[in-house]
Amino acid sequence: MKITRETKDNTIIITLDGELDASSSVALDEELSDPEIMAHNKILVNCENLNYISSAGLGVFISHLQRFEDAQIKLIFFNMQDKVRNVFEILGLDLLMTIVSNYEEAMTIADE
Amino acid sequence: MNNLVKVSCSKKNLKLIRDFVSEYLQALALSDILMNQIVLAVDEICANLIIHANKEDTSKYITLSIIKKKDGLEFHISDHGIAFQRSNYKEPNIQDNVKTGKKGGVGIALVNRIMDRVEYTSDGEKNTCLLYKKIK
Repeated sequence: MKITRETKDNTIIITLDGELDASSSVALDEELSDPEIMAHNKILVNCENLNYISSAGLGVFISHLQRFEDAQIKLIFFNMQDKVRNVFEILGLDLLMTIVSNYEEAMTIADE
Repeated sequence: MNNLVKVSCSKKNLKLIRDFVSEYLQALALSDILMNQIVLAVDEICANLIIHANKEDTSKYITLSIIKKKDGLEFHISDHGIAFQRSNYKEPNIQDNVKTGKKGGVGIALVNRIMDRVEYTSDGEKNTCLLYKKIK
């Protein structure tokens, strides 16, 4: 699992590359726990190369969601593969989280 | 085809388990989504056994075997750790998890929704989880 972070003005783009399981999700949790993240109001997660997610990976996002909402930080997923999106859907997480098709759409929603 | 794998109880071995299941499923020409769901269900059970039942003790092992049935697939996952108590299991409320910032507890819900049959047996020493998925 490779996690890269890019900052543009008040937006953070996190790119996930690889498989997010019980072993690798620890690094994502550390990334999202970084206080620096809270200084921005948009977090866009590029999932193009996220090939797998297990409950441990979902759990990391679930556990930070309320904190981001309370701080009025938008968390938006984009470029998600169908098989990964399906895992969000099995638990109904697609209704609690914002998942859009591409970067442009993510930026539009982030600016609303 | 080799249909059995044994790994020590380290989270790092989950990738090995997933690759093993993927390779086995490859021959069945399933859709991407279905194949991912099956791999995920097996991964979730193995992660629970490694982390909760065996406390990531690498001197302990879990064994997975895959059996092709007439209209589906059976997965047998065995260990010698603390047996899973199904009666203590409570289906999570995801919205509550979000509110309280809870990290875990949604893995078994995924398994139950993906698989057609989920059974846990124990002879007091060896525990086995059986997963069955119907394949058209």
